[in-house]
Amino acid sequence: MSETTDTGQSPATRRSLLKSLEIDMRLLGMIGAFVIIALVFNTLTGGRFLTPRNVFNLSIQTVSVAIMATGMVFVIVTRHIDLSVGSLLATCSAVMAMLQTNWLVGTMGLELGDPGLAWLAILGGLIVGTAVGAFNGWLVGYLTIPAFIVTLGGLLVWRNVGWYLTNGQTIGPLNDSFQVFGGISGTLGATWSWIFGIVASLVAVLGLANARRTKIRHQFPVKPVWAEIVVGAIIAGGILGFIAILNSYQVPERILSRQFEALGQPMPEGYRQAYGLPISVLVLIAVAVAMTVVARKTRLGRYIFATGGNPDAAELSGINTRLLTVKVFALMGFLCALSAVVAGARLTFHSNDIGTLDELRVIAAAVIGGTALSGGIGTIYGAILGALIMQSLQSGMAMVGVDAPFQNIVVGGVLVIAVLVDIIYRRKTGDT
Amino acid sequence: MTAPTPPLVELRDISIAFGGIKAVDHVTVDLFPGEVVGLLGHNGAGKSTLIKCLSGAYRKDGGEILINGEPVEINNPRDARRYNIETIYQTLALADNLDAAANLFLGRELVTATGMVDDARMESETRKIMGRLNPNFQKFHAPVSALSGGQRQSVAIARAVYFNARILIMDEPTAALGPQETQMVAELIHELKKDGLGIFLIDHDVHQVKELCDRAAVMKNGKLVGVVKVDEVTTDDLLAMIIAGKTPAGIAA
Repeated sequence: MSETTDTGQSPATRRSLLKSLEIDMRLLGMIGAFVIIALVFNTLTGGRFLTPRNVFNLSIQTVSVAIMATGMVFVIVTRHIDLSVGSLLATCSAVMAMLQTNWLVGTMGLELGDPGLAWLAILGGLIVGTAVGAFNGWLVGYLTIPAFIVTLGGLLVWRNVGWYLTNGQTIGPLNDSFQVFGGISGTLGATWSWIFGIVASLVAVLGLANARRTKIRHQFPVKPVWAEIVVGAIIAGGILGFIAILNSYQVPERILSRQFEALGQPMPEGYRQAYGLPISVLVLIAVAVAMTVVARKTRLGRYIFATGGNPDAAELSGINTRLLTVKVFALMGFLCALSAVVAGARLTFHSNDIGTLDELRVIAAAVIGGTALSGGIGTIYGAILGALIMQSLQSGMAMVGVDAPFQNIVVGGVLVIAVLVDIIYRRKTGDT
Repeated sequence: MTAPTPPLVELRDISIAFGGIKAVDHVTVDLFPGEVVGLLGHNGAGKSTLIKCLSGAYRKDGGEILINGEPVEINNPRDARRYNIETIYQTLALADNLDAAANLFLGRELVTATGMVDDARMESETRKIMGRLNPNFQKFHAPVSALSGGQRQSVAIARAVYFNARILIMDEPTAALGPQETQMVAELIHELKKDGLGIFLIDHDVHQVKELCDRAAVMKNGKLVGVVKVDEVTTDDLLAMIIAGKTPAGIAA
């Protein structure tokens, strides 16, 4: 290909290095921004920002918004918006809390605290979330009401449906098996975290090798072997490094001794236990992988991006864009319910104001992650990184001791600047 | 016509109205295999609207569509594709954010055994057909928004040709093209004609219609002015039909 040889001969060797690695510049930019934020806060807090404990907290705080942000990518890519995600999260959380502490207790021989109640509650919540999402999608796709209006109405409706279901009460404590999804009360421990990290690294490397083999089979150009190895090493290093950090966060001694006390056993001398990978982060990773596969490797994903790029062309190509809208919003609703599990479990109870303002955080995460409101463009990893950047800013400023109003002012400003930088970047590179 | 075989397509008495305006008013046109029928008329004469009833973009209000003599219902683009009707729209109908292969297979993706989109095979097929249609085409990984007008056009044409169309609708296929690319489209039309396809060609250019088409149907204000064999009329006759809306005496086909 003539293009490649052109840049290969140009004196800008740094650019050709990146080019042969075929690393997404936008991804690199976002990771760069995140690293800078982390380093600045680490300096300002005297090293407290990048402790294993704070990395652990940061990751479990990010999960709920990040899960919804992956769904918001699809909604925005198809040129819609969903302002009701925070409220829908509250409704789903209310349904799940009521199911496990009230409605289902005593039925089917399930007593309060039975693990079965947690699972049934989650199932019920996921069904409600998906159904409400599908209903929103039907209003938008088939009745052609603008998504902005449908979900602006939904913002009020679902917040207050949640209120009505619980009579405005705080419901808790939630089932122990439910709380496993909250973060600190459900982690894999050191051994399983390492196993997960190693397996994930192997899968990533095998995936790269497989993609290369497919390209060679079809006689497409491939990048040099050393570049593949570098990319693979970076990915595997990133995964294992993250696991190593989480595994070095030890469970405090007094919590351990209390656990042994509860079991009636003496705690062995020098006993140590690490938290490891939180279940909620595992859920986010699963969502991220699944959503990326949907976006890149399924017809549904292809149609979502095609419809966002040119709705008329999609329609003329025989794509049922109305049904597609229903599917996209149903998926968004499902992910709201999943986030409700994580958010409720993290709080250990359901409260009326759960998920308040999450719609703004979720949209901001997707947009900071490079999702274009004009449709057709967006990535799942971008949205997750966007959520992480937002959360880092917020908790970093809290740690530094920035006043609450200034925290929000900064986050709002960053959102606008991030979009400006993105626009300038696209104009410079000629990307659409 | 006295041909023993039924026409490939027969649009019989087609009408469609938008808010009281009769965009197409009882128009009847037919098309035989290996034939190119040109549709002529001013902007707003109803050519594109008529043809969109066949491609499934619009639903006709009245009339009948027959394919190989059988009446068919075409309610959406999927129906049209089922009857091997392919359309190259004036707007090209490309998703600008996707690459050539994704556009070529849009709505008809090749999938692997596990149901995943098979990008490698689609790119390979796209390379093959583009090698035939436009050998200079190299930008397989760029979104089509980064392509030139001619390159975009060749993606749209490739999409129509790849899936074994029997009936091809071309809505001003050369409007955005330079002379060389226009020549390429003309050669392609001749080639497809030899393969026995029936082609509806919507065009403004009377000279081009005379050169490429076998017959020409002229429309004005939603009504059919007449259908003529292009070899039996002059370009002035065609222009007179377009402007005055009258068929010159004794040349109706």
